[in-house]
Parts: sequence; structure tokens; C-alpha cells
Amino acid sequence: MAEKVLTKAASFYDVYERKSGAQDVTHYCPGCGHGVLHKLIAEAIDDFGIRDQTIFISPVGCSVFAYYYFRVGNIQVAHGRAPAVATGIKRTHPESIVISYQGDGDLAAIGGNNILQAANRGEKITVFFINNAIYGMTGGQMAPTTLIGQRTTTTPRGRTAANEGFPLKMCELISTLESPIYVERVALTDPKNTSKVRRAVRKALRNQIENKGFSFVEVLSACPSGWKMTSVQAKQWMVDNLLPQFPLGVFKDVSKELEPSERSKVVFSTENMNELLNIPSEENIRTDVPKPLTKFQNPRIILAGFGGQGILMLGLGLAQAGMQAGYHVSWIPSYGPEMRGGTANCHVILSEERIGSPTVSKPTVLVAMNLPSLEKFESQVEPGGLIIYDSSLINQSPKRKDVKVLGIPATEMADNLGNTRIANMIVLGAYIAITGIMPKDVVVDALPIFIKHKKLIPLNVQAIEKGMAFVDKNNGHA
Amino acid sequence: MAKQLIKGNEAIVKGAILAGCRFYFGYPITPASEIAEAAAYYMPLVGGTFLQGESEVASIQMLYGAASGGVRCMTASSSPGISLKQEGISYSAGSELPLVLIDIMRGGPGLGNIAPEQGDYNQMVKGGGHGNYKLIVLAPNCAQEMCDLTMLAFELADKYRNPAVILADGFIGQMMEPVEFPAPVTELPEKPWAIHADKNDETRLICSIELEPEVLEAHNRHLQEKYAEAEKNEVRFEEYRIDGADFVLVGYGVVSRVLQTTVDLLRDQGHRVGLLRPITLWPFPGKRIVELSDSVDSFMVVELSNGQMVDDVRLAVNGKKPVHFYNRMGGMVPSPEEIADQAVKFLED
Amino acid sequence: MSKAVGLEKAKVVIREDECKGCNLCIEACPEDVLFEQKYLNRMGYHPAGYVGEGCSGCGYCFYQCPEPGAITVYKKGYVGEEVA
Ligand SMILES: Cc1ncc(C[n+]2csc(CCOP(=O)(O)OP(=O)(O)O)c2C)c(N)n1
Ligand code: SF4
Repeated sequence: MAEKVLTKAASFYDVYERKSGAQDVTHYCPGCGHGVLHKLIAEAIDDFGIRDQTIFISPVGCSVFAYYYFRVGNIQVAHGRAPAVATGIKRTHPESIVISYQGDGDLAAIGGNNILQAANRGEKITVFFINNAIYGMTGGQMAPTTLIGQRTTTTPRGRTAANEGFPLKMCELISTLESPIYVERVALTDPKNTSKVRRAVRKALRNQIENKGFSFVEVLSACPSGWKMTSVQAKQWMVDNLLPQFPLGVFKDVSKELEPSERSKVVFSTENMNELLNIPSEENIRTDVPKPLTKFQNPRIILAGFGGQGILMLGLGLAQAGMQAGYHVSWIPSYGPEMRGGTANCHVILSEERIGSPTVSKPTVLVAMNLPSLEKFESQVEPGGLIIYDSSLINQSPKRKDVKVLGIPATEMADNLGNTRIANMIVLGAYIAITGIMPKDVVVDALPIFIKHKKLIPLNVQAIEKGMAFVDKNNGHA
Repeated sequence: MAKQLIKGNEAIVKGAILAGCRFYFGYPITPASEIAEAAAYYMPLVGGTFLQGESEVASIQMLYGAASGGVRCMTASSSPGISLKQEGISYSAGSELPLVLIDIMRGGPGLGNIAPEQGDYNQMVKGGGHGNYKLIVLAPNCAQEMCDLTMLAFELADKYRNPAVILADGFIGQMMEPVEFPAPVTELPEKPWAIHADKNDETRLICSIELEPEVLEAHNRHLQEKYAEAEKNEVRFEEYRIDGADFVLVGYGVVSRVLQTTVDLLRDQGHRVGLLRPITLWPFPGKRIVELSDSVDSFMVVELSNGQMVDDVRLAVNGKKPVHFYNRMGGMVPSPEEIADQAVKFLED
Repeated sequence: MSKAVGLEKAKVVIREDECKGCNLCIEACPEDVLFEQKYLNRMGYHPAGYVGEGCSGCGYCFYQCPEPGAITVYKKGYVGEEVA
């Protein structure tokens, strides 16, 4: 306390213009600890020269109007949420000094999880926690820190452990976490303890100035109105009752072990966006792909099989290549009630027109890779449609006579290529060969987009070619 | 042209980043988790921040902090999570904070299921939180719009200093379609009201509390004026084969896609049917419905809910013409044929 | 700065209009030079008063007082304008 004059800090507004009524005094009750803690914080902001960088978060509780007083950036927030809001503003403005100021109801009851999580994340903020063992603002109800036996308006016969549990000890809780760097409980009682509060306030702010981490200062504080006592009695009550329950002291301090660092601003950049977002920038839509025969135009396709057969991948390949061939496309995996029992299916539409319903109720093409899929979807296929099925796994042919049917031993052919999982690409080759919906080179161009392992691309090309060759040999171009 | 085949949910994140959003705070929930996952992947790459909050309650408040700081920021969730966010939504509207919320709706009430529903219309369009506020609500129906409307949501949020919402369903989120991504927004709007950690801050305050009834009423009037302005300027809708229609189908989101096919089916059968698809659910294209109610015989609203948007259609039609309603719930999405059959019943009535 | 010379004695100045009469300063003062006025101020409190001498400039009262502007303590040797 080296200054030669102790007076109203410059970090308070000269006139409290946001306040109605007397604009030179606070709204706090006589003898209330909030005012004293405000003074200690404002004095520290002055002394550290951080007024321009400070953002003060006013909670819900008697300090809801702290923004009337502090000449800094002010945010008033919902009950208990100050640590979450503090997280948001500090992450966006790491150069700022963020003070989260909360009462015991705000911090330890409704916002209990918010404070624990912010502490555990090690948000680089400073938290001042006024513990007055009561809800001041709402007229003296029980707080999570209310003492056993203490009468409040909602514990008219005194708090009991059986009904309300024991007082919550936040310093003890928070100091068990790894991230916080400084946790101390102090008390606004006599001048000696008050000077410890002053030191703690400054330390907690200095930690943030030096960009070190999460600091938490619990301040035991009198609420003469809530406790229904005079200010002087209230101080004594704190000494007699609160201090024994809430021991003072440093619960954790690793701040000395940490090197100070710069609080740097977030820089907004839009450089290399497409590359960073993996957005293609080169022309990838062909306009020269010839149309297929009318009966194969605008296919609505259901692809179905069991998980592991690469059904979704097959659909994806069709959609990707279809898009590059210049079609409107949609791909949707089976969703909702359909998605049970180990079967996998997806709906793909390639269309020359804008696509309406992306789900396929009456497919013009069915690709069935196992028997249950064939049985389930065969009847839904539009007359004149196309059914392709894996004849190495399905040993009965479709019953429908009004559709075109192609059985292809895709799994067996894939085995011959040395990889069972490539059966899906054999089917893809067969499909484009029968329908002429797009040439092979469009599909080959599309492969690197949906095949993650680049090593496998030649094998995929081979499989597509095998599928096409099978059609040419057995079926002819339809 | 360069297009990308992409899931709607991922297109949202890329669109957001292209719009200049660098901050994502959220809590995972199916079917919106891909949004969080894509944000977790891309945000750090573009110098942004992704943070998984401890809950939806916390995440929206992190947005409240970030938006107070003047940056573009977003969160995404699905119905049960949106219920939890209502506290922060009301506070953000009260404090006039621009932020973008994505709701990929799922089945309810309660835990419901993860299949697509449209049961959040009321809580987003009518206000699920307390107080006299409105959210700007955009309803995309394809992957391209998941990107484009997300970008628009950031513009509108800033323009009106108000939260803006993308209200979509699991279908539009999960579906892959081609998207042509626009160039990134390089100039973000100045926000002279925001808290910037500089000396101007001492005059600035973000808050929603106002004890004096006169002053709070004035604030509410100001909000209402702002909403009236948005109602004047921001109504968006799309029509399909509406010329000469005497029966108009109304639906949004995935339903509007199904209805497009339904219109084709019914037109093929000789019925004069068209489609009106609201893109902005708030402000609602009520005026257009008023106009239509002069020229058409009746309307049919289709929703994946118990009938929430239909109230707004009925308000606009105001008893002039019948407004039929058809719905599915619990994650059931009707087929175009199913709706067409129902429409024919109404038409023959 | 109007006054070039330092104060020879410490002193405490109380803005009676801002005092809420909680008496915490009076309790804290080790020199016992603060007291409660008999009259009421504009807010209806008995403000604290200073007997006029004996202040050691310890600042105990300042740090017990919840009101930002109610008490100013000048220490011995203070140079400068009176701020309150
Ligand atoms: C969501 C919500 N629930 C309840 C309230 C009512 N409320 C206002 S202040 C308060 C208690 C504040 O007590 P505390 O945090 O201990 O602060 P103090 O007033 O004692 O400083 C409550 C319950 C509210 N504003 N918001
Ligand atoms: S009710 Fe208690 S905490 Fe609130 S201002 Fe009065 S004394 Fe302070």
C-alpha cells in the first residue's frame, strides 16, 4: 500500500450513469462485502494498468449490477453461466483480461458444473467467488454454502445435512483438479485478513496478465441483510461461524513454476481456404457425356446387401461419378427404421432434372448383394426396371418377368482378383456397361475422391473393367 | 464448375467458415454430431477454435461470450439439446447478439429417437425461451442450401443483431449431394457495440437486464421494430409448378423435396397442383399465402410433426379456403406416392 | 498540482452523502478517531465522522468501507490536489 492517497479507483466510473437513483453510491446494502471486493479489484486494475483490456462479467445475484461501476468492458450474463461466457470471450480475445465474478448460488449451485468445467479446462481467466453463505439478491434463501443449522428463508428451522446435505466447499473441490494454477480462500473480516484478500486479488489478476492459467479466489463475505444482523455483528458472525467451516489459505498454487507468456490476439485469415477446407477448385464436371437409352435415364437406385460388402461405397462411387458426368445426384444411407439387422442399403438418384424426393420408394434399379435384399426390394422395382444381383451369393434368380435382370458372380470374380471386397466395383462396372449411363473414364476419374487408399485404385479400375467385360460377354449392351 | 459431393452437415461447417466463422462451441448429439466433428477438424486448420462444451446450456453461453466479442460464431445441436439452449437463446436475443444456431431436428418428445422429424418448429419459430423475441429461421432442403443458407444466416444475424437458426432435419444433414462452394467472405462487418478488449469498451455493455419497466418496454419496442424490418425484407420462399395450380402443397425441409415429386405425380394424373416451400420459417411467407388463397381452391400442409407450421398457414389463409393437413411423426418420412394418395382424397372431398 | 508541499499529517475525509452508516470503519480504526454522527444523511443513515486529528493514515477504514468513494485517506507527505 505504497500510495500516498487511498481513494476511489479510476477503474470505477465517476458517476454511475447506468444506475437509477443516487449515482454516486452503489446499490449494495450497508456493510456488504461485495463493495469491498469491488474496491480491491478496481484498485488492482488501476495499478496494473489493464483497464483497457479488462472484461468484467457480472453474474446474477447482488452483483448483477457490477457493470454499473467498473469502467471496463462489461458483459452481464445468465445465472451461473459466467464461466461459460468467460470462456467464449476469452477464447475469442485471448489478449483480454477476463474477470468472472460470482456469488455462491451462482457459482456453486446453478452454475456448479460450469465453474468445474472451466476450471478443468484451465481457462485463462480470473474467478472471484463471493461466498456469503446465502442468496442475498432474492431475499435470504439457502445457498449451497449455507452452514448446518443456519436459518434462511428456505431453511426456517436451520439447514440439516439430512435434507440439504453439507455446505459445498468449492476451493477444496477445485483444487483437486489438475488445470487450475491458483486456488485460495480469503475472508473480508478484519484489516489483516482484508489485506490478504487484496494480495489474492492481485495475484489472481497477475496470473492472467502473465497468461498463466485459471485462478480462483473464494472470498468469505458478509451479508448483513441476509443474515439479519448489523454490519458489525456480521463481521463477528463470520469469524465465529464461517471461518471454522471454511478454512482460509492457499489450496493450490503452481503459478511460480510457470513462465509468463504473451497474450496474443486471434488473427482472422482467409488464405488458402479451398485447400484448407478440401474444396475442389478445378473444373470437375463434364458436359460431354452422352445420354443413355431412355429406359436407363434418370435412375432411382436402391443398393442393398450386408454390412462389409461396400454397399455405401458403391452408392457413393455412383453418385460421385454421376456428379462428375454432369448429373444431378443424391446419395442417402438407409436411415431410421430401415437401419437394423446388419443390412446396409442406400438410395442413389442420378437425374437430368433437379431431384425431388431423395429417398427411393419405387426404384428403377435394384442392386442386391444378398438374398434378404433381393427378397425385400424385388417387388418394389418399377416395371421395365433393372435388377442386378450377385449370383455367387444369391442362388435363386428374381421372379419378376417385367424387369431386366443381370446376375453377376461378383463375389467370386472379386475373389479371383484377390480381394473379396472389390465385388462392389465389379457391380459398378456392370451397371455402367448395361446402361451406358456414363463412360468408364468418368468413373476412373472419380475413384481417387471416394477411395481413401490410393494403392487400391489400380485394383478398383481392374474390377470395373471386369464388370464391364462380363456384361459385354454375357449380356450385350442393352 | 467445381463441385463437391458432400453431406449436408459437413457443408454447413464449410459454409460457416467461408462466411468468416472461426468459433464453434457445441455438445455432441445425433444426428448433428458430424457438424461438431467437421468443425473440430476444420476450425483449427483455419486459425479458429472448436470447443466441446460441458453441455448445450454451456455451449450457447460460450457463444454468448464469443458473440459479445464481435466474432462470427456458431453451435449445432438437435432437438433435446435445443431445449437446453433455450436459456441462452433468450438471453442472446435480449442482448441482441448475432450468432448462428443449427438444429438438425430429431424425433421427440423426450429422448424420442434420432430419425428425422420437424417437431422443433414451434420452439424455434415461436420462441422456446421466455420473452418477446424472434429468431431468424432458415430451412434448407439440400446440401447446397446447407452451405448457402448458413452463410446467409451469418449475414442476417449481423444485419439484425439477432440469433439466426438453420432448422434442418436428419435427412438433409445425412444426405450427400453436390455443392458448389462460393468464395470466402473476406470483409467482416464492423461491430462498434462489441467488446473488443480495448479502451472503447468502457462505454460498452452487453446485457439483457433492465429494471425500469419504461426502459425495458422501450427495448422491447426496439426489438419489435427490428423484427418488423426483417419481416419486410427477409421473407424467402420457393414455388414449384404453382402457375395455374388450384391445390397448393406446403412443406419445408426434406418434406418439400418429397412434395416436389408429389407435384409431378399429381400433375401426371391431371391434377392442377403446385408447391410452396417456405425457406424462411421466420419471417414466414404469410403474405404470399394470403395472395394464393385468393386464386387457389385449397391448401395441403405436410409436416413431420403434429402440425406446427400448419398454424401459420391457417393464420395467413384466415378461413378463406380449406387448409388440409397430412403428417407423419416419430421419424417416418412419407413417400411421394403416399402423399399423392392423400392429396387425391382431399381433392375428391 | 496546486500544492507543492506534502501534507504534514495524515488525514481521513468522509463524504457523508455516500456513507451508509455501517460503522465498519469506526470498528476498524486503531486510533479510535472515527465516530457515528448524530444526524442522518440524505439516505437516512448516520454517517461516520472524523474527530479531526489523530489519523495515522493506515487505511484500515478505507479497506473496510464497501463504498468506492465514501472514504479518502491521505497519508503523511502526500503531495497533490485533494481528490475528495
Ligand atoms: C435461472 C434463474 N433462476 C433463479 C433466479 C433468481 N435468482 C436471482 S439471484 C439468485 C441467487 C443469488 O445468490 P448468490 O449467487 O449467492 O449471490 P448474492 O445475491 O448472495 O450475492 C437467484 C436464485 C434467476 N435470476 N435465474
Ligand atoms: S443482500 Fe447481502 S449480498 Fe446483497 S447487497 Fe445486501 S448485504 Fe450485500
